[in-house]
Amino acid sequence: MIYADNAATTKMCKVSIEAMTDCIEKFWGNPSSLYAFGQNAAEKLNQARKTIAECIGADSAEIYFTSGGSESDNQAIISAANIGAKKHKKHIISSTFEHHAVLHALKKLEKENFEIELLDVHENGIILPQQISDAIRNDTCLVTVMFANNEIGTIQPITEIGRICHDKKVIFHTDAVQATGHLPINVVEQNIDMLSMSAHKFNGPKGIGVLYVRRGVPLTTLIEGGAQERGKRAGTENVPAIMGMAAALKESCYNMAKSNKKLIELREKIIDGLSKIPYSVLNGDKKNRLPGNVNFCFEGIEGESLLLLLDDRGICASSGSACTSGSLDPSHVLLAIGRPHEVAHGSLRLSIDENISEADVGYIVRSVTEIVDYLRNLSPLWKDKITGKRKFFLI
Amino acid sequence: MALYSEKVMDHFRNPRNVGSIENADGVGEVGNEKCGDIMRIYLKIDNDVVTDVKFETFGCASAIASSSMATELIKGKNLSEVMHLTNKAVTEALDGLPAHKLHCSVLAEEAIRAAIEDYFHKNQIEYIS
Repeated sequence: MIYADNAATTKMCKVSIEAMTDCIEKFWGNPSSLYAFGQNAAEKLNQARKTIAECIGADSAEIYFTSGGSESDNQAIISAANIGAKKHKKHIISSTFEHHAVLHALKKLEKENFEIELLDVHENGIILPQQISDAIRNDTCLVTVMFANNEIGTIQPITEIGRICHDKKVIFHTDAVQATGHLPINVVEQNIDMLSMSAHKFNGPKGIGVLYVRRGVPLTTLIEGGAQERGKRAGTENVPAIMGMAAALKESCYNMAKSNKKLIELREKIIDGLSKIPYSVLNGDKKNRLPGNVNFCFEGIEGESLLLLLDDRGICASSGSACTSGSLDPSHVLLAIGRPHEVAHGSLRLSIDENISEADVGYIVRSVTEIVDYLRNLSPLWKDKITGKRKFFLI
Repeated sequence: MALYSEKVMDHFRNPRNVGSIENADGVGEVGNEKCGDIMRIYLKIDNDVVTDVKFETFGCASAIASSSMATELIKGKNLSEVMHLTNKAVTEALDGLPAHKLHCSVLAEEAIRAAIEDYFHKNQIEYIS
């Protein structure tokens, strides 16, 4: 099997599994218990908190453990909205191509009379800092822009956006679920007030994540109960998963430079190979994207068929077609960067990791090329396009 | 559990009756590019019997499998029978489709009906649908 869907989830790394099993076997006490056995678990929890804080240039006291990216996004947005509401600031700025965890949380706030302004994304999949600067008003309480897009992998100018927000005293949150462990992050240098991450996107376990919150930004508690996480997130801590997450993040950050160098080389080979397919287009900026992300649209075919035939050849990938999204519309990200529905249906996302070999890259390119060709030959749409009865959207 | 039945995957992987028929007696097309599904059915009709049928489909696995199965179901059949092919028959022959994919079988039914109506129209046959 060639696993090329690391943006969906990743395989746990060895050190993460070891950290988890070690914890399950030896440190299974409740960190809230007073006796030494419980406090040993508390000690592990603190170590993990420190490790994670160091990986993103934060302080331990600024790390809150959550169930993952979606919870972190929700808590960050709701917290900022509550801070804003107290000061009669109910304007929130975000973008049209955020993750649904952000978009749906914002939609909910809209019903509570917040004004949500979603900025358009340029065709290359990158928000301009100037757009943020122009959109900020006196009553803006939050800017939330993702670090890197989950579908097309484009990396946003976070440092610049953060600087603008700080200058204008607006809270800046970034959904860094796709970026954490894959791109260098320093919350201080990058002017980030709140940041969401999810362990299973960087070879850690599922169901665990972090919300980083800069000191001085008051959080709203979403899950009431015990005093865990300084009263901001009740529930007995998932210490094994937290230890697994810390180990995975440390390892990812340690290997980042080397791994990214290899990934970029492989990514470029895939992009060059798939670009040779006629009437195809790379989605998102060619260079300013996650090292392992490739996203293409192929005109005249539908993504689900492509995925299933790739699966038959042992390749795991994903698509933004309507049929794979479970809704009538194709990916909101592809629509946000201006791809028409007709083209967005034929999309393919490959998100590779360093376990991919050069030979795998060749096999992926060959397979996609052959399958696209096969599906086009089956497609009345393609036939009409090549005989001039219908127009092409791509050149 | 897989998303699709073995039958669906079989007809998706090895679709029957793919292609077009030159000077077909009836051609039907349904769906649109924006929604991501287009089916085109070609019929050869002799003495009210479908003697040959071909299809071309742009769409997901269930759209391709539904077209393939529908063409198999009508091949060699009398028009009176073909007119009454339902999406339910197509779905059953495929051992079922996921709920959100049932519209693919509806498209297959509609494409075949459109092809027959085209045949009737071309031959100025009055029909009652």
